[in-house]
Amino acid sequence: MSNRRLAPASEQPESFAFTQENAAWAKGQIEKYPEGRQASAVIPLLWKAQEQNGGWLPRRAIEAVADELGMPHIRVLEVATFYTMFALEPVGRFWIQLCGTVPCDSCGARELKGMLQARLGPAGHVSADGNFSWLEVECLGACCNAPMVQINQDYYEDLTPESLGTLMDDLAAGRPVNVGSQTGRVSSEPQGGAATLSDPTLFDGSRVGAWRQRFEDKNKAEGDEARAKDEAASTEARAATEPKIAKPDAGRPVERPVSDAPAQRAAGGDAPIKADDHADAAERGRSIAKHGSARPGDADVLDSPAKRVAEGEPAGAEAGAQSDLPRDAVPPQPEASGASENAPAAKPSEPSTKPAEPSAKPAKSDPAT
Amino acid sequence: MTKILVDGIEVDVPAEYTLLQACEMAGAEIPRFCFHERLSIAGNCRMCLVELKGAPKPVASCAYAVKDCRPGPNGEPPEVLTRSGQTKKAREGVMEFLLINHPLDCPICDQGGHCDLQDQAMAYGVDSTRYGENKRAVEEKYIGPLVRTAMNRCIHCTRCVRFLAEVAGVPDLGAIGRGEDMEITSYLEQAMGSELQGNVADLCPVGALVPKPQSYNIRPWELSKTESVDVMDAVGSAIRVDARGREVMQIEPRVNEDINEEWISDKTRHPVDGLRVQRLDRPYLRENGRLRPASWGEAFAAIAAKVKGADPKRVGALVGDLAGVEEIFALKGLMTALGVANLDCRQGGERLDPAWGRASYVFNPTIPGIEAADAILLVGANPRTEASLLNVRIRKRWRMGPLAVGLIGEDTDLTYPHTYLGAGTDTLAALAKGEHSFLEILKGAERPLVIVGGAALADPAVIAAAAALAKDVGAVTAEWNGFGVLHTAAARVGALDLGFVPGVGGLDFFGMIAPGALDVVFNLGADECTVGAGAFVIYQGTHGDRGASRADVVLPGAAYTEKSATYVNLEGRVQQANRAGFPPGDAREDWAILRALSDVLGHRLPYDSLVALRRALYAEHPHLAAIGSVEPGDTVAAVDRLAGLGGTMAKAAFASPVLDFYLTNPIARASRVLAECSSLARGRALEAAE
Repeated sequence: MSNRRLAPASEQPESFAFTQENAAWAKGQIEKYPEGRQASAVIPLLWKAQEQNGGWLPRRAIEAVADELGMPHIRVLEVATFYTMFALEPVGRFWIQLCGTVPCDSCGARELKGMLQARLGPAGHVSADGNFSWLEVECLGACCNAPMVQINQDYYEDLTPESLGTLMDDLAAGRPVNVGSQTGRVSSEPQGGAATLSDPTLFDGSRVGAWRQRFEDKNKAEGDEARAKDEAASTEARAATEPKIAKPDAGRPVERPVSDAPAQRAAGGDAPIKADDHADAAERGRSIAKHGSARPGDADVLDSPAKRVAEGEPAGAEAGAQSDLPRDAVPPQPEASGASENAPAAKPSEPSTKPAEPSAKPAKSDPAT
Repeated sequence: MTKILVDGIEVDVPAEYTLLQACEMAGAEIPRFCFHERLSIAGNCRMCLVELKGAPKPVASCAYAVKDCRPGPNGEPPEVLTRSGQTKKAREGVMEFLLINHPLDCPICDQGGHCDLQDQAMAYGVDSTRYGENKRAVEEKYIGPLVRTAMNRCIHCTRCVRFLAEVAGVPDLGAIGRGEDMEITSYLEQAMGSELQGNVADLCPVGALVPKPQSYNIRPWELSKTESVDVMDAVGSAIRVDARGREVMQIEPRVNEDINEEWISDKTRHPVDGLRVQRLDRPYLRENGRLRPASWGEAFAAIAAKVKGADPKRVGALVGDLAGVEEIFALKGLMTALGVANLDCRQGGERLDPAWGRASYVFNPTIPGIEAADAILLVGANPRTEASLLNVRIRKRWRMGPLAVGLIGEDTDLTYPHTYLGAGTDTLAALAKGEHSFLEILKGAERPLVIVGGAALADPAVIAAAAALAKDVGAVTAEWNGFGVLHTAAARVGALDLGFVPGVGGLDFFGMIAPGALDVVFNLGADECTVGAGAFVIYQGTHGDRGASRADVVLPGAAYTEKSATYVNLEGRVQQANRAGFPPGDAREDWAILRALSDVLGHRLPYDSLVALRRALYAEHPHLAAIGSVEPGDTVAAVDRLAGLGGTMAKAAFASPVLDFYLTNPIARASRVLAECSSLARGRALEAAE
């Protein structure tokens, strides 16, 4: 990179204005941002101005964009000079941006650079026929297929001086070219085709996912129900004797309150929901629950698992969605380790002594039972 | 408050403090380049790195909040180490990086001797570099007539960019390019448009931006530094006058939180060359239509001959914009002794009267008080040109939180958004009647502020209407003084304090300068007017300007850097200017000239020294003895009295008394530097008008 300056006055157009179509597009871009933040649209607008002006940004375009966005001219100049993707001097019909950063360099970008230098002359100059100009830029993010160039909007990868030469000939002559790898490589596969994941059995279900079949077979053989009962019982027994830490403290002092959350209020012995919380929610209009409807804190109207259990409904029918647990309470222990989706049906367990704690039961009832 | 340990010293600081502030509270010195107390935090120089216990890397203390520090494993307060090996190593590394591209041209650099980089490289750097490559070279930039650039030296702290964008409100500078190619410049090397641009040279921690007018001319250690106050406008900014021998070399700002914080306007900073040229260095007498050099004796004799035979009713005295309180006091004493009632200091035609109370002609809310205001109405005022530093304070207030500003007068860019209400008296009347929604804003504001500028002071009815409006919107209560008069001349408030206005039956300023009105006019530095034909004019001043060209006798006085004089700024704050050098040639301090003249006229003034004069002055006007403070006036009564004046306003648009910001007084008009600034500003104005 070197100092980036605006093109000399002799090459600058007298004026610049967005075409009607582009102006409408620009307006749409600006409207994406809230009032007072219109300057955020500076990069899209500069892109459009560059596109409209044959691939480079004249001084008048920078000023037009600044005036459109209400920015001081220098602020837009800062952006335009910061990014090499904005060309400040005229470019050829095909503008070659050659990546010269380390991965490309170690894969031969230097040879490409030499070839471009020999063929087109120094960087930044438009070739005599007006077709090409080139520039070495920093990483374009296609390191896996190094070395590569960007020509106008497209990436051309896996280049050698010869293939780049052919590519340029084709472009100049208007012949169709392949975008992407020039060696026929598919996306970022290894050179010479994929070397892994080539076993067809990986894809026919005979290997991947075979464990699942095995589990299913085994479960069937042993009798699902008995097994599930055993495991549920053992989990509950474990949970009582060796509770897990609800929240790893990661070395932080745990007494620091994070915020004034309902769960913390509950833990502190206060009512988890204050009267004015409802008012707040209603005012903001963002509450999902309707004003005045049941809330997790309203114990008597709460559709709690315990209540559901009492009504003979499987507890935790919608478990997985959200837990009503206070933050510091012992969370439900993991379900039977089978991890099978066809886990046995949960029999409604005895109503728990702690109504706030949902019963640890599988998420779904088995349609098979 | 949060506890934090700095080098083992526990300090209790607000949680939102940065580590740098906390370290300073603990007495630790943190080197810095990009950080500045009055600008936003950039965090890009990395010089302020400190070791924070538990952090994997040194942290930039200027950008790291105390509340973001983790306590120790057992809840101990976080610990910062500013003298540890890691901190030292980090500082040395940063300094080495900064010096990679910094030229070793200290011997020819104007910043040498007061350079942050030089000082900090000595204190925190290492003695050598490990960098063997070429240094980068950056083209010099033109960014205006006041600041010279040497961009090789730039360390990209962006203080200049932030100052112009935040404090000055004219974002002309920016950083183009990126990485090693980053360069500070204005858009296409246009001159900066701010009237505060000289401050960027002060802010520059290296020699990249240096003051252009005194380039290669001075070294900081050869200057004698005198603390003084500025007289270029009525704000009275705190300045330091640096002189070499007899000659003033530069003027730099001093910190005064009550007035200018640490900025000064370009007009305050660069009249230096104007102090050297066009000076009156000996008395002159007009003979056969031409001024000829004369001796003091000849000049006094000529004056005595005229005055002794004159009718006191046909004698008058004018006071200009730059006179100190002492000489006004002496002149008033002499004129009273002569029985003269024709006295006036209101060169701008302000129809203010000390009889209405002091609060009727000063800026009552005071400059720091602007920060408490929540709605401002400017009546015939353009604070940007009439009192630049006051405008900076309004902008600071606007940046602190929502502020409604309404403007009646010439519409202009004030550097902050304002509601333009209208051009003249019609709008003021309509606003008072509630025909404009801005009245609701003023009424709804807790502390509204009405600023009456020079353009609105010429008609007592306008002053009355503005005062009535201020009363109406609740700007003047026992707790809040929201009525302020914006003066433009440094001498005005002092002269009004002394009551230098027409006595009973006396003529006012314009009455006195009317052709044929008087036989003898004593003109103490009034250069913005021309005394009419017929009068014998005695001009006492410093520069060969308009006043001297109309004079029959010229008495050479001392400029504000050449005498100890008291000035009262627009808030009514009493301040003293100090002598940095002696007046040129035969010129003398002004009070001493008047004292000598009084002897010749047979009415010897009763003091022989400045101390004796001040004793007499303080006996008569005790509030002038309280240097640095504002005597609170009875604003409610004064505004009531103003509002009670009544009268009907003539239909007129307000026209600012400051036509050219850079050329408002004889010293500024003599300055080549300010003339260049003025022509650039005119060019910008023309361009904007197109």
